[in-house]
Amino acid sequence: MAEPSLAADAKPWRDAAAKPFIRIKNITKKFGDFTAVDDVSLDIYKGELFCLLGGSGCGKSTLLRMLAGFETPTSGTIEIDGQDVASVAAFNRPTNMMFQSYALFPHMSVEKNVAYGLLREGVPKPEAMVRVADMLRLVKLDGFAKRKPHQLSGGQQQRVALARSLIKQPKLLLLDEPLGALDKKLREETQFELIRIQETLGVTFIVVTHDQEEAMTLSTRIGVMNDGKIVQVGEPPQIYEDPCSKYVADFIGSVNMFEGIVDAGVPDTLRIKSLEAGTELLVEPPQGLKIGQPVSVAIRPERIMLTREKPESPNVVYGEVEEVAYLGNVSTYRVKLENGKTLKVTKSNRLHDEEPIMWDEKVYLSWSKAAGIVLTE
Amino acid sequence: MTTLRSSSPWRLTASGLAKLGLNGRALVIAVPMIWLLVFFLIPFLVVLKISVAEPMIARPPYSPLFIEGQDGWSIKATLGNYAYLFEDSLYINAYLSSIKIAFFSTVFSLLIGYPMAYYIARSPEPKRSLLLILIVLPFWTSFLLRVYAWIGILKGKGVLNAFLLKLGVINEPLIIMQTDIAVYIGIVYTYLPFMILPLYANLVKLDDALLEASADLGAGPISTFFRITIPLSLPGIVAGSMLVFIPAIGEFVIPALLGGPDTLMIGKVLWTEFFSNRDWPVASAVAIAMLVLLVIPIMLLRLAQSKQGDSA
Amino acid sequence: MKRGLFLPVVSIFGFLFLYVPIVSLVIFSFNKSKLVTVWGGWSTKWYGELLNDPQILGAAWISLKIGVVSATLATVLGTIAAMVLTRFGRVRGRGLLTGMVTAPLVMPEVITGLSLLLLFVAMEASFGWPAGRGMLTIIIAHTTFCMAYVAVVVQSRLTDMDDAIEEAAADLGARPVRVFFDITLPMIAPALISGWLLSFTLSLDDLVIASFVSGPGASTLPMVIFSKVRLGVTPEINALATLIVVVVAVGISISWFFMRKRVKT
Repeated sequence: MAEPSLAADAKPWRDAAAKPFIRIKNITKKFGDFTAVDDVSLDIYKGELFCLLGGSGCGKSTLLRMLAGFETPTSGTIEIDGQDVASVAAFNRPTNMMFQSYALFPHMSVEKNVAYGLLREGVPKPEAMVRVADMLRLVKLDGFAKRKPHQLSGGQQQRVALARSLIKQPKLLLLDEPLGALDKKLREETQFELIRIQETLGVTFIVVTHDQEEAMTLSTRIGVMNDGKIVQVGEPPQIYEDPCSKYVADFIGSVNMFEGIVDAGVPDTLRIKSLEAGTELLVEPPQGLKIGQPVSVAIRPERIMLTREKPESPNVVYGEVEEVAYLGNVSTYRVKLENGKTLKVTKSNRLHDEEPIMWDEKVYLSWSKAAGIVLTE
Repeated sequence: MTTLRSSSPWRLTASGLAKLGLNGRALVIAVPMIWLLVFFLIPFLVVLKISVAEPMIARPPYSPLFIEGQDGWSIKATLGNYAYLFEDSLYINAYLSSIKIAFFSTVFSLLIGYPMAYYIARSPEPKRSLLLILIVLPFWTSFLLRVYAWIGILKGKGVLNAFLLKLGVINEPLIIMQTDIAVYIGIVYTYLPFMILPLYANLVKLDDALLEASADLGAGPISTFFRITIPLSLPGIVAGSMLVFIPAIGEFVIPALLGGPDTLMIGKVLWTEFFSNRDWPVASAVAIAMLVLLVIPIMLLRLAQSKQGDSA
Repeated sequence: MKRGLFLPVVSIFGFLFLYVPIVSLVIFSFNKSKLVTVWGGWSTKWYGELLNDPQILGAAWISLKIGVVSATLATVLGTIAAMVLTRFGRVRGRGLLTGMVTAPLVMPEVITGLSLLLLFVAMEASFGWPAGRGMLTIIIAHTTFCMAYVAVVVQSRLTDMDDAIEEAAADLGARPVRVFFDITLPMIAPALISGWLLSFTLSLDDLVIASFVSGPGASTLPMVIFSKVRLGVTPEINALATLIVVVVAVGISISWFFMRKRVKT
């Protein structure tokens, strides 16, 4: 078998000439008056591990179910590998799905669960059993073939569900909250296991999740959804560092937000007047802003420095520590500015030599021009 | 490997399948639908039709609704049978007496059933299942024979009188058989499980923390019971009560076996009208009138059941 | 505490109320005396008479045949109805079907019996089928009201079931019919069994509906019992009741045993 070229390395989405493997064009799904998915268009490339990220009710699961064929789009088209799948029933689609509840057949053994898809395809039983054994080895479940699902732990059930959905070597695997039912520690281990399996088989994965950390760890790209729309698509660092809207900035990680108005700019620096900050904010100037335009400036808590002495920095504000939470590797602070606004600050606990900043201390908060992200929507 | 079929022949099979699938679907829906239309809905229309016909000495013993005359078909309908129900006090009395008997039987069932359901719901697990099985068990034995058993107990020289006479509680045998009291006993006895099961299903879901919270906030056990337990179990109370009241209204076997000649119930009247008097139109009118009487209880039952989610 | 005593006392009284009639039936079935309430010593002669009564045996045989056929038909029809109501989404006539499936549960028997009889009479007058009344008409009547019970039992099982399990089978390439037989049917099997048993019991027990739609030569067991009982208490019937109690008790014990065994594994 040829080593599959990994989308994670090739990054085909950066190449305008690359041909998408899955094309979702203007898909809308309405349930009565309610629009679950609203005019979504999305290109996904072969071998990607694409995460659809959003809160509950944002339409991500509905989109996934339309790809699987369990829901029919109200309008729009879905192409998989050049084939329009609109009229293809779920049982004939080249996709498979791993369900949030795993949906294992309770009356069948692990082996029979995994073999089910192959047997429906008409694969002779001896061959099917060989492939089932291979697959169980891949998900590290050899030795559990004869067990019934209820005799397995949650983590083992999760792997049976994965094996069952992969056995037919689908062109596209859809995973609905694949790690949602596992506890935190197991979830972290399983994330890397999932990436390993995806890279071994080279199957394209679309994962639905509400967990932004999971999306960041797993995906080649993330599509953030809100109110039935895709609000931003990008690689994980891009989504985090360069969110396109207040919603995305706030949804991915934590953020401090200032409302303000664009003031004059000098080369390399843009001034933003902000009553909320009680001062002018200096940022690196993005394109296409007009003087007088209202904007928001987002600053990640870990980009803010806390010092007792006034530092040399383009942005400095003064406040009093209200709360400190020690989290082990980091501590988080809530600092109240003189004008009453509270900022979140994260500070790494690498340095032991320093006397830690405590409650009620007066501190300076400072950040670089590059730390401020200017958002217009 | 999933081979992707080339699109044109594939499309053909897909549409063919969709057509087949659709037909299969329609067929599946049609089977129970047609059965119930023919054997459940249409019969009511027939009853309705016969209730406006006139009794005749014929086979079948009623006048046709559509009559072929010189100038085509005409409809011949009469409300005479319904008017008759109001004219003869027998029917009015039977209705009122049915409502009275059904109502008091429901109240007695609730008074016995509620504590039992509460007791079962609060019992620890192995005991709870066992008690529940004991409630359901009589369902599986013949209803007719269980009602019959009461004859042996209640009659003049029956078990109950023998027992009470021996104890010296009474000097003369009690006359219970062939009275309304025997009918009450029979109805409560038969439908008590119908009262207990929905109540149990409701009470078993009652969160202990609510009772504790009420006690914590200073309410005594009695106050807690009336302010917390009863309001929360209201859907169960309504569902259980309607499950007793509705069949009690139309009951035939119990008044026929345990009641006396004075025991008037519509079910029995309908039976007599049909089998003894062979007056099909009046029997049909009685049936329609009984249905009208049951509309409100049936709607109450629906409401309670939808509030309770499942059960019953 | 007062409340602590009140509940068990009422419950004990309630259970006595439910079981004293059954126990008294069993005891007096062994009574030598024909006078049911006067104890004349132990005897099994009523069982002997019961087994030599061709009328009762014949009626029992008819009832059993009707019970098996109607329970089976009702299970098939009720399951289909439950599938349509839970799995077919918003099909046309869904409301009508829901109403017709649940209405027989609350319909007084006298009305069901009367309406079906009038239908059969009208049908025979119009196109000659069903010719006369007897086992066939009783089977149709019992199937109709039993299927409502089956539909309710199966429907609640189907609603409890995770939809994703059937979707998973479809996703792996199984067509709808295949999904039903591979996945749905095995999973709802317990509900089908209880639905069948419930239907069988209801059919065996029914007096009122059968009396309406039956014809000459098709007297069911309850009809024979009713006509005998109306004339007074007969120890033979006590013996019959005892046999039924024994069969039910054994049946319940067996299913109880299997259920416990199942829970353990």
